[in-house]
Amino acid sequence: MEHIRMPKVENVRLLDRLSSRRAVVGTLYLTATHVIFVENGSETRKETWVLHSQISSIEKQATTATGCPLLIRCKNFQVIQLVIPQERDCHDVYISLIRLARPVKYEELYCFSFNPKLDKEEREQGWKLVDLNEEYNRMGVPNSYWQISDVNRDYGVCDSYPTEVYVPKSATAHIIVGSSKFRSRRRFPALSYYCKDNNASICRSSQPLSGFSARCLEDEQMLQAIRKANPGSDFIYVVDTRPKLNAMANRAAGKGYENEDNYSNIKFQFIGIENIHVMRNSLQKMLEVCELKSPSMSDFLWGLENSGWLKHIKAIMDAGIFIAKAVAEEGVSVLVHCSDGWDRTAQVCSVASLLLDPYYRTMKGFMVLIEKDWVSFGHKFNHRYGNLDGDPKEISPVIDQFIECVWQLMEQFPCAFEFNERFLIHIQHHIYSCQFGNFLCNSQKERRELKIKERTYSLWAHLWKNRSDYLNPLYRPGHSQTQGTLHPQIAPCNFLYKFWSGMYNRFEKGLHPRQSVTDYLMAVKEETQQLEEELEVLQERLANLQRSQSGNNKVKSKQQDKSKQFGLYTSNNSLANTPQEYSNDLKSFPSRSPSQGDEDSALILTQDNLKSSDPDLSANSDQESGVEDLSCRSPSGGGCLPSEDSGKDSDEAVFLAG
Amino acid sequence: PVPLPLGPRRDSRIPELAWKGSWRSSHSTPDTSTVPGCSKPCPSLCSSPGAPSGSVRLSKVTLEPSLSRLDIPSCSPRLLQALLRSSQPLTGPNRRRCREDEKLLGTILDEGERGFIIDTRSAQAAKQARMSGGGTEPKSSYPQWRRLHRALDRGRPLQESFIRLVEACAEQGMDRWLGRLESSRWLGHVKAALSTACLAAQCLDREGCKVLVHGAEGTDTTLLVTALAQLILDPSCRSLEGFQGLLEREWIQAGHPFQLRCARSASSHGRGKQEAPLFLLFLDCVWQLSRQFPFSLEFGEQLLLTLFDNAYASSYGTFLCNNEKERSLCKVKESTHSLWAWLNQPEERQKYLNPLYSHNPLVIWPSVEPQSIQLWQGLFLRWIRPSQHLDEAWAEIRRLVEGNNSSTKESTGKRLSQSFPDPTAGTRNGR
Repeated sequence: MEHIRMPKVENVRLLDRLSSRRAVVGTLYLTATHVIFVENGSETRKETWVLHSQISSIEKQATTATGCPLLIRCKNFQVIQLVIPQERDCHDVYISLIRLARPVKYEELYCFSFNPKLDKEEREQGWKLVDLNEEYNRMGVPNSYWQISDVNRDYGVCDSYPTEVYVPKSATAHIIVGSSKFRSRRRFPALSYYCKDNNASICRSSQPLSGFSARCLEDEQMLQAIRKANPGSDFIYVVDTRPKLNAMANRAAGKGYENEDNYSNIKFQFIGIENIHVMRNSLQKMLEVCELKSPSMSDFLWGLENSGWLKHIKAIMDAGIFIAKAVAEEGVSVLVHCSDGWDRTAQVCSVASLLLDPYYRTMKGFMVLIEKDWVSFGHKFNHRYGNLDGDPKEISPVIDQFIECVWQLMEQFPCAFEFNERFLIHIQHHIYSCQFGNFLCNSQKERRELKIKERTYSLWAHLWKNRSDYLNPLYRPGHSQTQGTLHPQIAPCNFLYKFWSGMYNRFEKGLHPRQSVTDYLMAVKEETQQLEEELEVLQERLANLQRSQSGNNKVKSKQQDKSKQFGLYTSNNSLANTPQEYSNDLKSFPSRSPSQGDEDSALILTQDNLKSSDPDLSANSDQESGVEDLSCRSPSGGGCLPSEDSGKDSDEAVFLAG
Repeated sequence: PVPLPLGPRRDSRIPELAWKGSWRSSHSTPDTSTVPGCSKPCPSLCSSPGAPSGSVRLSKVTLEPSLSRLDIPSCSPRLLQALLRSSQPLTGPNRRRCREDEKLLGTILDEGERGFIIDTRSAQAAKQARMSGGGTEPKSSYPQWRRLHRALDRGRPLQESFIRLVEACAEQGMDRWLGRLESSRWLGHVKAALSTACLAAQCLDREGCKVLVHGAEGTDTTLLVTALAQLILDPSCRSLEGFQGLLEREWIQAGHPFQLRCARSASSHGRGKQEAPLFLLFLDCVWQLSRQFPFSLEFGEQLLLTLFDNAYASSYGTFLCNNEKERSLCKVKESTHSLWAWLNQPEERQKYLNPLYSHNPLVIWPSVEPQSIQLWQGLFLRWIRPSQHLDEAWAEIRRLVEGNNSSTKESTGKRLSQSFPDPTAGTRNGR
């Protein structure tokens, strides 16, 4: 609280990014955890809540006649434009937010104060929902080829690895330790995914410290051991996910990549995924395109192309597809690494696992996958997502890219995933929100030291509790897309990769389809299920009746429930909506749409199912307040028509003036 | 009916009523479905807009008879919304005036009422058209009309855009896909067409004004705009039958020259001078609407694909010739079958229905932001990428919805009635 210079500012204007005419006036509050904007007037008093940890940048712009503009960009891609009447107030808010958005201690993060009113036991149960030991057992290890190694208990060998690591049986502690000394940050090759059908595996590590000529016998033995653990194959692939040039540059610093001559029976392969700095800049460029005010189709497409974002997504997918193919079709094990083996390696291993194993395409399996390839193997969440104040050059949308890869796959395989887009969006949100402890710190070691499991709650339990909101209605366990390996089309089908407006423009609801097929089908599915249940109840009842019993009251009430349910989604169908501003020329006419407000709220009801499922997720809401979501103010558009023609013509100008 | 040799508008396309507001407006204007104040029946106006024969326009005859049929205002002085289309006025370089045309447009509006003219050419292009005898309505002669220019490409630029897009889609291994997509400009045309249609719809629905749309000939971009505006405004155009009626009325009978425009598609050989994919652009815009409002159109992508195919090569006579006159000279109706008749056979019809359809009485305002406009992959990538997984998804949707609509309820009923011969027996016994 000591950082809040200005707890409350009145008469603040909140601008609509797409339409300057839709500004609303209200009061801005700064609390220990949130920035809150409460609209004046109207009975609803819409509120916008933004967690401090979601704030990615704050920009104070030059004071104008109307006040001092403050632009807040959030990590979940929300952009909030405020105009504060007094420059001094604006400065105070700005200084306070700068500090609040960049906590220096973990204890300042929201998860340490967030209390979902669960008791100790429920909290513990929540953390147990995802159990990696169980997961490795499911994969089929330990077995005669793979064993669990305790070489890293107490994090003695590698402090960014988990304590329990699976390694080939023939890899002795001596080999592991030796190999670890020959790898960046001692991240030695360890098992990520094991395919029990053909013994092929995906292992991961960091780059070898090979320089121009260095060798390490133990490291060579380690790779040999990985090959031996797959008796059906006489070689392994070593996939370096970096562009070749980057890998070669690393040699000068005593790092580098495996020399095929030194390692027996490896096939070495570069897959050029760019580094975190390139990715950060690419996202930045793409977000600039998303923020353009009434862009033309060309502005948008060129901007998107020049950001390179989809090209990067495709590179990650291609790497995942390559590995999945090696494992599933060739039956060859793969060792994946990049530089440190915690960014690109995590992306590629998890995409490959997702393609290979239908389990990871279920809701629970997806949680397990993130826990396995990202959390346990020391993806640096704190540095990458800027949870604590740190080096801005460490920040990069690494897991965002993985999440987008999953979405791109969902677009290509609509029946293959048990979960829906909303699930991905909520996970992305919480990676940044710091509301749950899962993604705190940079490694398992740090999390254990902080006693995360005793002091915070698990996101997975929270999502699992609300899982009905995240189901994909098209998913059916028996469906062909839910079986076996997914085979996405590979290069050169660039057109398969699409801009994800549901993520990057998620707060511009006017841009999205106005009717949600997912929600509709879920309601249909639920209703069908209810009818089935009802049928069962009736049959049971019938059986009872035949045993000469009375009373069908219950049946009646059941039926009423059903009709209510039905009414719910049919009304959603006939969604009202309002036009955006197709023309600036019409401004001179008085608006004749008094009912616009009602229509907007009708829209909010359906569009914001998202919120009801997860009250604390969306930018602006809180479990206590249950307030309206500002972000769905209304669909709106800028003057999106090319209007240069109008007004040039003298006739028209006269008309406009008159 | 003799076409006017030197009429005020090219090809004597005098303003025709394309559509009148017969839907329930989304704001509080009076219900116009029963044209208030209309004492005598007015067949040319009051026929159902959904009727495939579509006679909701004034007949295209000489000036005098059409003036005499100016019963739009006289028949219904309070008709609130009317969408009209025409060709450009033939003002020419000397700013020629035509009293009859001015009167015609003047009588459509009440005193003090204002209407919109949406010219689908830029102001510059409209001015230039004067040199070749065309032009646009000068403010001084049409004081009640406010003119808006929205440049929509037609002819060669549109055709070249189409060719470039098809080439970009076919080219394998290309690096800068989005750049290629952009330089084809196709999506820009989609955005512009939708925006202009929305503008027309907005003038009608939100401003409650009468709207006249024209470009040059009134048979290309004009139809694109009027047809789309109706789809956006009028729920009856969004049913399978209504959509067919809309096509029959706004494209076929309104004289879109299909024979000239839809001859060789994107084939790069023999680029005909008259070739231009305006109808395809319309279908693409409809697809964009169906994507943004997945429950609001009764038909699905398959119908749009079938229409595209048939516009370019068909076993049916529906899209033959360039206008009604040619069709009657060629005796198209006597010697060919109608596409509609075939589509509407029960088993055929089934293929084109959208399983998610649910009548939406409201106006569907699409978003025209670039983020909302997508490449119609189902058409442009139809032969390039396999669509098996997406087809499976549609099959699954169908299964879910139909499972809900029929089988469960029916089987519930059936199974219950089978096992429940006398519903009251049990209770009675119990009591």
